[in-house]
Amino acid sequence: MSKETTAGITPGDNDTVIKITGLAKSFGTHEVLKDINLELHKEENLVILGKSGTGKSVTIKCIVGLLTQDNGEVKVFDEAVDKLSEDKLKALRIRIGFLFQSGALYDSMTVRENLEFPLRRVLKLSDKKEIDKRVEEILNGVGLPDAIDKMPSELSGGMRKRIGLARTMILKPEIMLYDEPTTGLDPITSKEISELIQSMKQNYHVSSIIITHDIACAKITADRLLVMDAGTIIAEGTFDELEHSKDKLVNSFFK
Amino acid sequence: MAQEIYIPSYKKVFEEAGNQVLFMFRFFRNIFRFDFEWNELVRQCYMIGYKSFPLVAITGFIVGFVMTLQAEPTMKEFGAESYIPRMVAVSLIREICPVIIALICAGKMASGIGAELGSMKVAEQVEAMEVSGANPVQYLVVTRILACVFMVPLLTIAAEALGLMGSYAGVNVSGHVSTTLFFNKAFTAIDFGDLIPSFIKTIFFGFAIGFVGCYKGYNSDRGTESVGIAANSAVVSASLWIIVIDGIAVQLTSALGY
Repeated sequence: MSKETTAGITPGDNDTVIKITGLAKSFGTHEVLKDINLELHKEENLVILGKSGTGKSVTIKCIVGLLTQDNGEVKVFDEAVDKLSEDKLKALRIRIGFLFQSGALYDSMTVRENLEFPLRRVLKLSDKKEIDKRVEEILNGVGLPDAIDKMPSELSGGMRKRIGLARTMILKPEIMLYDEPTTGLDPITSKEISELIQSMKQNYHVSSIIITHDIACAKITADRLLVMDAGTIIAEGTFDELEHSKDKLVNSFFK
Repeated sequence: MAQEIYIPSYKKVFEEAGNQVLFMFRFFRNIFRFDFEWNELVRQCYMIGYKSFPLVAITGFIVGFVMTLQAEPTMKEFGAESYIPRMVAVSLIREICPVIIALICAGKMASGIGAELGSMKVAEQVEAMEVSGANPVQYLVVTRILACVFMVPLLTIAAEALGLMGSYAGVNVSGHVSTTLFFNKAFTAIDFGDLIPSFIKTIFFGFAIGFVGCYKGYNSDRGTESVGIAANSAVVSASLWIIVIDGIAVQLTSALGY
């Protein structure tokens, strides 16, 4: 399959916050990523489309150092992630937010405690007033101020994702990585989450990589799209460019 | 057709041992950072220790009670009934209570920790903690292992006390022995040589229970099935470790003359 033309949005190199070159990763004999090359620019929403099992999640896990690549280089803010010391990696991770597919809320904690956790454990804040202010502010930001004393088990799927997003955004990251943010949600809630992602970019000026196979989410959030298949990127472009692609696989996403 | 028997390769055994050593290294490195959350440590002590107390108390009492009832006929035959409090006290404190309570704690605590951390792993909560820049080993592992190290010895002491009470109840089933006489005889038989080694042993039991539970849960696979496997293997491994530690402790204490 041929690679599509590069999208019109090509900010300068100094705007690059993530640069991946020749990324390859295998699990045993199964080669998940073959040769991934991508760049994320400042205040850009980059959507990665692809079928399940094409290596999208593995790619973003390499970005935060949850997985180490076999070959290639992953640079975030010009630093090679796999070469960072534990303390430097921790410092880098504070600048990157990661929203998991399930929201990954801590079950034994209330929403308030979930949101306080990164403030106390990561930023080492101890001022109760400051913590309360930030918790309240971020809950308003995701539109769930009334959920503050609820347990995660009392929340719906969409609410869990919003709280998960709030817990990530409370650290004011510069980059957000969304792992299938709308999977398992009804179309209305999916649209709300997609709009929330877009508002995060506008309000907090974050650069984001959004992994999805939900074309409606991609349409709302994407500045630029990549299409992945079998561990490689097969197409790149804006939503409009890829929508009219002649490539069968790329085209199948937009039908 | 001959059935294929699965034998774990030596490579896997060494790999597992290496991973456990690395995990232990991570635990000790984090413990000396003194950055763990005290509230979580207290919560774990409550969850692990306080909530295990009824089970441990009943077990301790019944062990003392049954031991006395079982020993009484034989002791009577030799005209040595008066030695029952001493015999029960020494055997409960030196061996029976530490090992039985540790095995019960292995069943309750190690499986609980293994299942809890395993399900956190499945639900990506451990990864979420890691990518946020928080240290999951410090928050989840250090607090749980320390809670086990603190609570298993305390629970054992409680079980020993209740075991003596059970024994007192046992001797009073068939006859009447005064409280003062029974406990006086029991306590005169015990010295520091009985108490200290058994207390130290329970600290190691607590560590083994916490460590194995955390290791199995923290390193479980992704599927829901792995939560059950983590809980189950945590109990089996922790029980095995308790028996091994006990064997070593007995050899050491007798070599040291206790």
